[in-house]
Amino acid sequence: MSKKTKIACDDIWKLYGSNPREFFERHKRNPDDEAIRSEKYIPAVRGATFDVYEGEILVIMGLSGSGKSTLVRCLSRLIEPTWGKVEFDGIDLLQASEKELIDIRRHKMGMVFQHFALLPHRTVIQNIAFPLEVQGIDKDTREKKAREIIEIVGLQGRDNYYPRELSGGQQQRVGIGRSLAVEPDIWFLDEPFSALDPLIRKEMQDEFIRLQSMLGKTIVFITHDFDEAIKLADRIAIMYEGMIVQLGTAEELISNPATDYVAEFTRDIPRAKLLSVRSIMDPPPPVPAADRLSVHADESVQKIARDVLAQELDANVVDDRDEIVGTLQRQRLLNALFEQ
Amino acid sequence: MRLQKTLLVLAPFSLLLIVKPWLPGWAVTPPKSCLAGCADIDGMIPFVDWVNAAITFLRKYEFFGAFTFRDITRGMSDVIKSMLDFTEGLLHEGFPDLGIGTIPWIALVGLAAIYGWYLRGWKLALLGGGCFFYLALFSKRGIWELSMQTLSAIAVSAPIAGLIGILVGILAAKRKTAERIIWPILNVLQSLPHFSYLIIVAIFFGVGSKAGVIATIIFAFPPMARLTMVGLQNIRPEVLEAGIMSGCTRRQMLFKVELPSARNELMLGVNQIIMQCLAMVVIASFIGQSGLGHDLLTRLQRLAIGQALEVGIAVVFIAIALDRFSQAIAHKEPIHAPEGPLWKRRPFLTAAAGFVAAVLVLSFVTPYIAKFPEHLTISTSTFWDGIVDSITLHFYAPLAVFRDAFLVYFLIPVKSAITWIPWIAVIALVASLGWRLGGWKLALTVCAFVFFIAASGYWIRAMITVYMVLVSLLICAAFGIPIGIWASRRDWSTRLMQNLCDTFQTFPSFIYLLPVVMLFQINDVSAIFAIIIYASIPIVRYTIFGLRNVPQEIIEAATTSGCTRNQVLWKVRMPMAFPEIILGLNQTLMFGLFMVMIAGFIGTVDLSQEIFRALTFNDGGKGLVIGLCVSFIGLTADRLLVAWSDRQKREYGLA
Repeated sequence: MSKKTKIACDDIWKLYGSNPREFFERHKRNPDDEAIRSEKYIPAVRGATFDVYEGEILVIMGLSGSGKSTLVRCLSRLIEPTWGKVEFDGIDLLQASEKELIDIRRHKMGMVFQHFALLPHRTVIQNIAFPLEVQGIDKDTREKKAREIIEIVGLQGRDNYYPRELSGGQQQRVGIGRSLAVEPDIWFLDEPFSALDPLIRKEMQDEFIRLQSMLGKTIVFITHDFDEAIKLADRIAIMYEGMIVQLGTAEELISNPATDYVAEFTRDIPRAKLLSVRSIMDPPPPVPAADRLSVHADESVQKIARDVLAQELDANVVDDRDEIVGTLQRQRLLNALFEQ
Repeated sequence: MRLQKTLLVLAPFSLLLIVKPWLPGWAVTPPKSCLAGCADIDGMIPFVDWVNAAITFLRKYEFFGAFTFRDITRGMSDVIKSMLDFTEGLLHEGFPDLGIGTIPWIALVGLAAIYGWYLRGWKLALLGGGCFFYLALFSKRGIWELSMQTLSAIAVSAPIAGLIGILVGILAAKRKTAERIIWPILNVLQSLPHFSYLIIVAIFFGVGSKAGVIATIIFAFPPMARLTMVGLQNIRPEVLEAGIMSGCTRRQMLFKVELPSARNELMLGVNQIIMQCLAMVVIASFIGQSGLGHDLLTRLQRLAIGQALEVGIAVVFIAIALDRFSQAIAHKEPIHAPEGPLWKRRPFLTAAAGFVAAVLVLSFVTPYIAKFPEHLTISTSTFWDGIVDSITLHFYAPLAVFRDAFLVYFLIPVKSAITWIPWIAVIALVASLGWRLGGWKLALTVCAFVFFIAASGYWIRAMITVYMVLVSLLICAAFGIPIGIWASRRDWSTRLMQNLCDTFQTFPSFIYLLPVVMLFQINDVSAIFAIIIYASIPIVRYTIFGLRNVPQEIIEAATTSGCTRNQVLWKVRMPMAFPEIILGLNQTLMFGLFMVMIAGFIGTVDLSQEIFRALTFNDGGKGLVIGLCVSFIGLTADRLLVAWSDRQKREYGLA
C-alpha cells in the first residue's frame, strides 16, 4: 500500500516565554524539563515529528493542556512555531509569505472550531459563503456553491437563519459547511464535537463518517475523547505534555502501548471490539485440524467470540484466500475478552 | 493583623497632622497658592503661563509656511457649519433657496413611532411618537424649534464623534504603543470637566453653534474609542482564527470579521455617544450653542424657574427617547426575514414609506401637517411657576431652617477640617495608600497627580472641591447603599430601581440644578443636593449589581447551611458584593466631581468658580489647568479605589 504524504512535520517546537528562540538555541535545540522549568518557559509542543498521509484521518488525542490545539495551529500557522518544519504538498509552510499563506488558506485548508466560531451578524448561507466571499467570488456563484454545501451538511431550509437561531449541533454543521466551502485538500477539526451534548455528539460523529466517505479528505482531527478517536481514526497520535508519546492505529495503541500513560488511557477501552483475531492468534499447528471452526484473521475479537466459545475446540484462523494462517486458543480469547 | 497593617499605612499621614503646628508654612499651604480672588496666580510651577504660551504659539504657527493653525480650525468650522446648515434645514429652517420646507412635524412623530415599533414594539413606538408629539404640543414658547436646534446639533456631532472614536479605538487596539499613549489620554479626557473643553474650543473656534458642535465632538468621542478598543480586544480568538483560516487579508479581517464581531460594544458606544452629545450640547450653550440648553441657561440666570422647568422637561423627554432608542438599536438581534413580497419581507420599511407618502399628499390639503396648529399649543410654565410659588410660600421657612442647620453644623465644620490638612500630609496619605493597594508604581502616579494640583496654585480651591465631593459621597453612600440593599431583595424592586437609575442617568447633569434651585435657592446646600441626586445613581446601581450577582450556588450553600435571610445578606452577599460597591463609590465620586463643576454655575467657591471665571475671560491656560486639577482629583481617587476593588476581588478569587 503506497501512502502519499500530505503534511510532513519535522521536530516542531512551540515554547512560550520571554525569548523562546534564544533559549531554544542555547539549549542545543533540545531543552530538557529541568531547563524549561528553571527558566519559566511553557512548553506547548515539544519535538513533534509525524506525517499525515493523503486521505487518512489522523486523530491527535490528549487531555487539555497537552498541546494538541497548539500543534494543529502550528500546522496551519495560526501559531508561529518556535522551531521546526512543516511541509504541505512539498511547500515549506513556515517560509511562506503572508500573501502565499492567504492563498493556501483560501484554496487548500479548511478548519472547524470547538465553539463553532460563526460570525453572528451573518446568516447561515453568508457564513458558509464567507471564505468564497473573501476570495472575491461574485455573489451568485458563491451562493450557489453555498447552497450545495447546505444540502451536504443537512441544513436545508435554514439558509437565511442567523447562528443565534440555531441549536449547537446545527451551528457546528454551519462551521463544517464553511470549512468545506473552498473544497480544501486538508481539513483541520479542532474538537469539533466537544461542545455538544452526548446524543448530538454521536449523531454528528456518524454524520462526519458519512461526509468523509463521500469526500475522502485528508483530515487532522483533535479530540480529548478516546472513544471518539477510536471511532473515527485511521491513526491516533497521543500527546502528553507537548510530546507525541505514541502514534499508531487504535489496535497498536491497545495491544502495544508505548508508555504507562498510553496504557492508562487505553485501559478502560473495550478491547474485544478493537483487537483483531490476528493480534491474539498463535502460529498454526503443523497439521491443522480441518474440522474446526474457521474465523477470519481481520475480524474483531468481539464478533467471533460467541461462535468460538460455543465450541469446545480452538479455532482455525484463515486469511482472504481461506488459507490457514494461525490458530486461536480459547484461553487467549477469554483473556482478551476479559482484559487481562 | 490586617487592621494593624492598615493603621501602619495611615501612620505618616497621622504624624503629619499631629505635628502640623510645627510645620513650616510651605509644607501646610503650597507656596504661591491662590487664597482668595485668584486673578493672577503663578503656583510653584507656572502651568497656566505654559499652556497660554503654547496656545499663542499654536494660533500663530504656520505649517510648511503655507497655512496656519487658524486656517485649519477655520476649515473645520466651515465643514461643521455646512453640515449644520443641512440638518437645521431639514429639521427647523427648511431650504428657502430650494423652495423645500422642513420635515413636517407629523412625519417625525410617525416615523419615530414606526421605527420604535420595529425595534421593540408598541411601548417604544409610543415613547418615540409621544416625545415628538409632546414637543409639538407644548411648544407655545418655541420649544419645538429649540428642540430641533438641539437635535440637529446632535445629528451632526454624534456621527463625527462616533467615527473619530472608532478610528482611535482601532488604532489603540492594533498597536501596542498607540494603546499605551491613547489609554491615559482617554482617562484624562473622560475626567476633564465639560467647561475645560468649552474654554479651549472657544479660544480656537470662537463661539456659536459650530464651536458648540466641535466641543461636543471632542467631549463625546472618548467612550466610543474605549469601547471600540475593548470590543476589538475581546473577540473570541476562535472567531479571529476562523477569519484567518478563511483566507482574509488584514483589511478583510477588520471590516468583515473584527468590527462586526465587536458589534455589541460598538452599539453600546453609539448609545454613550448620543447621550454624551446631548449632555454636552446642553452645556455648550455657555459658548453660544443655540437650542434647549441656551434657553434653559438664560431662564435659570433670570431665575425664571417655571419656564426653565418647562424646557428642562423637554430635555428630559428627548434624553429618555434617545436613550431608549439607541439601546433598542443596540439590542436588536437580527432575525431571518420571511419569504414573500416586499411588504411581507420588510413590513416596517413599507409602512414608513407609505406613511411619508401619505403625509406628502396631505400636506397639500392642510397646513397643519407641516406645522402644529399654533392655537392648540400649550405652555406649562405658569403651572410650574404656581408650584414653585407655593413651595416658597409653604416650605420656605422649614427649608431655610434645615438648610442653615445643615450648613452650620455639618458643611462648615467638614470644610474647615479638610482645608486645614497640610498638603504634604495629603501627599503622604495618597502615597502610602497607593503603595499598600497597588505598589510603588501606583503610589508614584497618584503622588504626581496630587503634586500637580499643589504646584498649580489652586490647592485651596481644589480642597474645597474635594470637600464638596466627599460630603456628597458620604451622603450618597449613606442613602444609596441601603436603597440598593432594599432594592436587591426582590425582583420587582430590583427592576424598579434599575429602571429609575437608567432613566435618571440619561438626564443631562444640568437638569438636576432645577429642582434644587427651586427648593433651596442658590448656595452650597443646593449645590450639594444637586450633586447628591445625580451622584447617587451609580452607588445604588452597583450595590444592586454586586448583591444580585453573587453566584446562586453560594447562596444555596449558605441557605442549606441554615443561614437566615439576614445572615445570607450580611455574611455572604455583602462581603461578596464589596468590590462592586467600591466601584460604585468610585463612579459616584466621578459623577459628583462632574456635578460639582456644573454646580459652580449656581455659586460655590471651589475650582468651578475659577473655571467659570476662566470661561468669562477666555483664559485657556487657566481653563485647562483647572480642568486638569479636577481631572487629577478624580483620577487619584479612581486609581486608588479601583486598585482596592481589584485587590479585594483577587482575594475572593473573583477576578
